[in-house]
Amino acid sequence: MKLESKIPEGPISEKWTKFKSTVPLVNPANKRHLEIIVVGTGLAGASAAASLAEMGYKVSAFCFQDSPRRAHSIAAQGGINAAKNYQNDGDSVFRLFYDTIKGGDYRAREGNVHRLAEVSTSIIDQCVAQGVPFAREYGGTLSNRSFGGTQVQRTFYAAGQTGQQLLLGAYSALERQVGLGNVKMYNRHEMVEVVTIEGKARGIIARNLVTGKLERFFSHAVLLCTGGYGNVFYLSTNAMGSNVTAAWKAHKAGAYFGNPCFTQIHPTCIPVSGHYQSKLTLMSESLRNDGRIWVPKKQNDDRHPNDIPEDERDYYLERRYPAFGNLVPRDIASRAAKERCDGGYGVGPSKMAVYLDFKYNMMQKYGRTEASKHNIENPDDATLLRLGQEVVKEKYGNLFDMYKQITDEDPYEVPMRIYPAVHYTMGGLWVDYNLMTTVPGLYALGEANFSDHGANRLGASALMQGLADGYFVIPLTIGSYLSGEIHTKAIPTTHEAFEAAEKRANERIQNFLNINGTRSVESYHRELGLIMWNKCGMARNEKGLNEAIAEIRALREDFYKNVRVPGTDKEFNPELDKAGRVADFLELGELMCIDALNRNESCGGHFREEFQTEEGEALRDDENYKNVFAWEHTENNKWELHKEELVYENIKIQQRSYK
Amino acid sequence: MKHSMKVNLQVWRQKNTQAQGNFENYSVETNPDMSFLEMFDVLNEQLIHDGKEPVAFDHDCREGICGMCSMVINGNPHGPKQAITTCQLHMRSFNDGDTIVVEPWRANAFPVIKDLSVNRSSFDRIIASGGFVSVNTGNAVDANNILIPKDIADEAFEAATCIGCGACVSACINASAMLFVGAKVTQLSLLPQGQSERQSRVVAMVNQMDAEGFGACTNTGACSAECPKGIPLSVISTLNREYTKAKLNGI
Repeated sequence: MKLESKIPEGPISEKWTKFKSTVPLVNPANKRHLEIIVVGTGLAGASAAASLAEMGYKVSAFCFQDSPRRAHSIAAQGGINAAKNYQNDGDSVFRLFYDTIKGGDYRAREGNVHRLAEVSTSIIDQCVAQGVPFAREYGGTLSNRSFGGTQVQRTFYAAGQTGQQLLLGAYSALERQVGLGNVKMYNRHEMVEVVTIEGKARGIIARNLVTGKLERFFSHAVLLCTGGYGNVFYLSTNAMGSNVTAAWKAHKAGAYFGNPCFTQIHPTCIPVSGHYQSKLTLMSESLRNDGRIWVPKKQNDDRHPNDIPEDERDYYLERRYPAFGNLVPRDIASRAAKERCDGGYGVGPSKMAVYLDFKYNMMQKYGRTEASKHNIENPDDATLLRLGQEVVKEKYGNLFDMYKQITDEDPYEVPMRIYPAVHYTMGGLWVDYNLMTTVPGLYALGEANFSDHGANRLGASALMQGLADGYFVIPLTIGSYLSGEIHTKAIPTTHEAFEAAEKRANERIQNFLNINGTRSVESYHRELGLIMWNKCGMARNEKGLNEAIAEIRALREDFYKNVRVPGTDKEFNPELDKAGRVADFLELGELMCIDALNRNESCGGHFREEFQTEEGEALRDDENYKNVFAWEHTENNKWELHKEELVYENIKIQQRSYK
Repeated sequence: MKHSMKVNLQVWRQKNTQAQGNFENYSVETNPDMSFLEMFDVLNEQLIHDGKEPVAFDHDCREGICGMCSMVINGNPHGPKQAITTCQLHMRSFNDGDTIVVEPWRANAFPVIKDLSVNRSSFDRIIASGGFVSVNTGNAVDANNILIPKDIADEAFEAATCIGCGACVSACINASAMLFVGAKVTQLSLLPQGQSERQSRVVAMVNQMDAEGFGACTNTGACSAECPKGIPLSVISTLNREYTKAKLNGI
């Protein structure tokens, strides 16, 4: 099958406008008869379900959590980008578009990204109208801050809880539609199969996680808004329940998987402290506005950080990247931290950490401003620190509290210790401009698709993309498919395709329960995570990837022989839920390694050690890899590679430099 | 590596909503840096290894924001420390040899699903009854056309940080949901957006709250004291004021 991106013709700034005025529509009377299933209720899912229901479609929404408000979008901290140019600092739609393409190391589609930048401004308007309490200035206007990879201030925020506030906005819009009877909400339900009839997506099989019952649902279109698959690494900043299952079942039903190896390792997370650890906690990128990253100049320096004098500290990001300093993109900041720690300059008990230090800005930036505001002449250091701490507390208080809670150290007094951790997956289901996968009627939105971030996502852009897809893109693009479905009557779920899909799901479940081995699901997940982190993580090479593939295959085989899943399938059984998710990760992990092995270049978060510049930067190969890898699942754990060439007509591609 | 410690657990086990529950005793080797939920992971590993049923408990983000985790620990929702969720509680808050009693949220409007997991859909239904601004996608004006003074925006934000975990209900001897409802009503009544439905909103949400079987406010303040996000008691006075005003207007 040839991959058609379906990007509209015409100049970049007119593509979306033209598309909007020419896309086929569905009239209101017909919308009432068209059913849409939305799986996942994070920013993309909740906003899509609410918006489509407002338009008159019949919507059913599913989430595995106990309420749609729990989706992991809620944990996003720092902010959401939008090209509002409220700061009068030269921002524009084109600049946001340019920064995103460059930040993604020239591996994203121009058409999609430009659309994203265009609708970004409407997102902020919509959220404010819903009552999202963004941070504001004294005059009542919205406040902005900076994020990595940009030189303007375009990030809107609500303290360190922007994701929470945006999600609660989308959730309230969704619940409003539930109350009006336009959305039927299914909590504690997990999608376990996509049902296709004559090649089109026609519904899903979902497991009721409370009763264990497999349930059948018909629809004219299915939207997967199920987030990313960072949990394949076991330790990540994702929620414990975040999983690839829905996307993976779609992949097995014919949807191609795009760039699976493109993983974002976030530079500022609280380091691993012990073998029992279940997840890693992010410290928002916004902290890099005011925190300076450093390690001692001396290797294995065991002194307390506050005892190391200024001239014995290596502010390595400021040294290597003077133009962007501490605000280089995430992939670059992560690799630089790894380079220092591998070289023996790491700090803390594990030596796998660097310092994120607020003292300088607390005193010199905020302390001095406050002192001047309060007419304090020649303030001493203690006064500056006290004044600065108050400002920092207001900006990042919840993050500082969280850090203290986890590490038992006070970041107002000693620098934070941080290390990179898996955070986001740029890869995902391949979609065209309409957000449709290679299965007609099956869509993927938000982090679940591969589309907008190339090989590295810029900070504060995930929230933007999730809401762009849900509020402003899918409500229009879905019309081009559903306008052709107005004559399709609801198909009874007694149809043989539903029978067969339910049977497949049931056989898998019975199989898990019957193995009755000795090892817990969790222990397999941990082992898989370690393989992925060591061999398909921040740095990859051919030898390691080949080893990883062999190890994952062996682990998968062992899983199906020795796993122990307690309980039955007729009750609330979280271990059984987990078994299904880990089984899918055990397949996805192999595909990620295969993808990384086939991409013989370094770009963004994908760093192949064989391909780097003399200065240790990622070395792209635009001649051979200026493309998207889209993998087709052909038979049991066998894949065929398809490629979509990327075309750059508006941006001159060059080596990405933040120096 | 810090020293290891051992705790004795008394955990509420209940097969399903209908079943009669009871406490079971377990002992777990842990260490001070482990989180409380990681200690439960260790317990579950142990139970699975011994061929027993692991303890069902709700949790997801494990960074204190999703609102899913919900354990009453030695009588306190989310445990002995103030202003944190269960997932942010670490074993360093306990001593070697301690006995710790762990129960689910207990309220008629939050029926137990299994062990420590409860059903909190009643909260969703309260939001669905009115906890929103009725604005369809695409109907918004430019964001800076709505000016909101910083102190008002900050106050609305403070109320909006509620994570919907239900600790307030669990802490209240009447299982009242006034803090939860008050937080949403306060957020939306402070902001200029959605003023046209300000009065109908509060009445609809209070009616739904009553219909779900939550009790009346006792004015003990336990809800706010146990709230992991420190939602202030003043949101309840705001709720009462807003409700009274709406009722006096005949809504």
